[in-house]
Amino acid sequence: MCRLDAALAIAVLLGTSVSTAATPWQTFGTAASPEQISSWDIDVLPDGQGLPSGRGSVAEGEIVYEAQCASCHGTFGESTDYIAIAGGVGSLASSAPQRTVGSKLNYATTLWDYIYRAMPFNNSKTLSANDVYAVTAYVLSLNDIVPGDAILDQTTLPKIVMPNRDGYNNAHGFTAIEGRPDVENIACMSECTTANVVVQSHLPDGFAEQMYGDLSSHFRTFGKPPVSEVADEGLKMAQKNGCLACHAIDTARVGPPLAAVATRYADDTSAETVLATRVQTGSTGNWGAVPMPPQRHVDDEDLATIIHWILAGARSHEK
Amino acid sequence: MTSPKQAPGRIVAAPTAVQAPSRRRFLLGAAGTASAAALSAKATAGDLAVPAWSRVLGQPVAANPYGLPSPFEANIIRRQSPGLTRTNESSIAFAPLQNLFGVITPNGLHFERDHAGRPEIDPQQHRLLIHGLVGQPKIYAMDDVMRLPSVSRIHFLECGANTGMEWGNVAVPTVQFTHGMVSGAEYTGVLLSTVLEDVGIDLKRARYILAEGADGASLTRTIPIAMALDDALLVYGQNGEMLRPENGYPLRLIVPGVQGVSSVKWLRRLEIGDQPWHTREETLHYSDLMPDGSSRQFTWIQEAKSVITSPSGGMTLLDPGTYYELTGLAWSGRGRIKRVDISTDGGRTWRTAQLQDPVASKALTRFRADWVWDGNPALLQSRCVDETGYVQPALKQLREVRGTRSIYHNNAIQTWQVLASGEVRNVQT
Repeated sequence: MCRLDAALAIAVLLGTSVSTAATPWQTFGTAASPEQISSWDIDVLPDGQGLPSGRGSVAEGEIVYEAQCASCHGTFGESTDYIAIAGGVGSLASSAPQRTVGSKLNYATTLWDYIYRAMPFNNSKTLSANDVYAVTAYVLSLNDIVPGDAILDQTTLPKIVMPNRDGYNNAHGFTAIEGRPDVENIACMSECTTANVVVQSHLPDGFAEQMYGDLSSHFRTFGKPPVSEVADEGLKMAQKNGCLACHAIDTARVGPPLAAVATRYADDTSAETVLATRVQTGSTGNWGAVPMPPQRHVDDEDLATIIHWILAGARSHEK
Repeated sequence: MTSPKQAPGRIVAAPTAVQAPSRRRFLLGAAGTASAAALSAKATAGDLAVPAWSRVLGQPVAANPYGLPSPFEANIIRRQSPGLTRTNESSIAFAPLQNLFGVITPNGLHFERDHAGRPEIDPQQHRLLIHGLVGQPKIYAMDDVMRLPSVSRIHFLECGANTGMEWGNVAVPTVQFTHGMVSGAEYTGVLLSTVLEDVGIDLKRARYILAEGADGASLTRTIPIAMALDDALLVYGQNGEMLRPENGYPLRLIVPGVQGVSSVKWLRRLEIGDQPWHTREETLHYSDLMPDGSSRQFTWIQEAKSVITSPSGGMTLLDPGTYYELTGLAWSGRGRIKRVDISTDGGRTWRTAQLQDPVASKALTRFRADWVWDGNPALLQSRCVDETGYVQPALKQLREVRGTRSIYHNNAIQTWQVLASGEVRNVQT
């Protein structure tokens, strides 16, 4: 069809005049010839449209399968390392459904189409039409859908009735915007449930770390560390340097409770410096008559960690 | 001992880890010498000391001719979920929703689902063939497509299997893996209807279109003609630049609101027909298995869904009694998001969140709400309503109809549990 004819056809279809249908860009693109189309048009419909001429037997298919398919799919199509392609018929309603050629496909043409376009996985579109008929026949025989002496071609393949031919339905709301959803929640705002909300499922402890490694790397890394980490390190340093001989966290001993120190200095921007100096040079009169002697044995790294920990509330896991 | 967990994402509180060394240096110099007053002054300067980068000449303007994120953002990446797929070529990389802002997913972080690896396509050689029930079958080069009248539209793209691992029980720890098969972008291209008109589509007979990719899988999907003529797009641009190879360079289909597999990447062929093709990716996979063993086929629409992205699984809230913003994403394949409600008590009570502009049709919508965490355990949920009035369902409701084996279209309300320790984890109630 020439361009003008095409434009006329469009105009007729759209019910408009030629002048409005003739777009300024109608010269873009080039007409595709039947030969060009056939070189790319490899799809196959359930009724067999699109199947090329050719033929293949189960026996021929076994040879192709062993060479090209078995390493991933298993000798009998049973391998679950990749995708099992045999077995599983009748399993779809069970708690362990197997989605295979035999159990799930509704048309044998789909198998042919997929092998021809996409298999082998690392070398697709290298099998001839004869090879694809043959290996299709072999895979169907692994599923006991065709007998061992079957020969498939463009006439016989579309006639195969797959076990799951009637296993699909379109009676659902997902095919169009107007479709009716299958659940109906309500936007309740208060007193939506009187029952206790109970957690039914969560990952087992340690599972995420085992599978995904250190999850903290999945988040931005700036910001202060969580209290528990401060506590781990701060508490450890406080113990190591003997602070807890005189100080407890929540109760007064010889010295004031560390939690009270945190409270007193919560809004004091110079607290870190003041406290560091008092630890290193000693202090008296701030919390009572008993002086704190100089703690010169505490090195600077430990001191920074301890004071950071105290000011963060001196929390510990034990608390 | 595991390395210290850091305050995640937008949950950031001073002092920062970066500043810690300078504080230590100060303490070292301060010991036992200077007066308390001098120390105090220095301490104030400590966190605001003039940093090294303020004292040097920076990098020249084109040091990175194509810009890169800060090296401090090097861990903000797509990730695969361990053990999910058998090969890295037929696999999925999830978008890090926990790290993202707004509704536009950066192109380098848009989720990626390939079926036979990512092809490297030369746009000069790429062709789109349109044939079948048309007046004039045509071959378009990229130059032809890009000279056609263009449109730019913001849409979401969500894999039908997003959240599919969570049908039976909690299976993954973070929002990257529960919901990271959704992304949002401004797509630029040509309305598919423009091109279908150009080839003279036979509207009396056309019912379906087969879309086929140019990758090794030559992935095919059946598109209903109504959607093709409505708002489907031939897309070459994403967020202002050409598509990334991971997302279909140089040409892909976008069928807004429809499960992602229909938006065929590396698009090379459209065939107009009168019956569905029943391709492998609409029978063996991408069909929803029901409890009776039957499968729903052609489950195109992605129903309304939302998720709180912060706070979310894997994060730690550091400061009880302080303010935290609840924020997340909502979207619907049936149009605009009308409302999002949030609950902090596991769904007993709800309040309405604020929606951030833009609120576009079939697009990610950002919501936010104020929250002061009192330090007690909490159950965080979001629930969206779209313009059709549809209310995002509870997982229990979905299971009652569809069981737990369907893989696809899990749009249930997500629950994050905040523990007394501040740790946030993925739970189902």
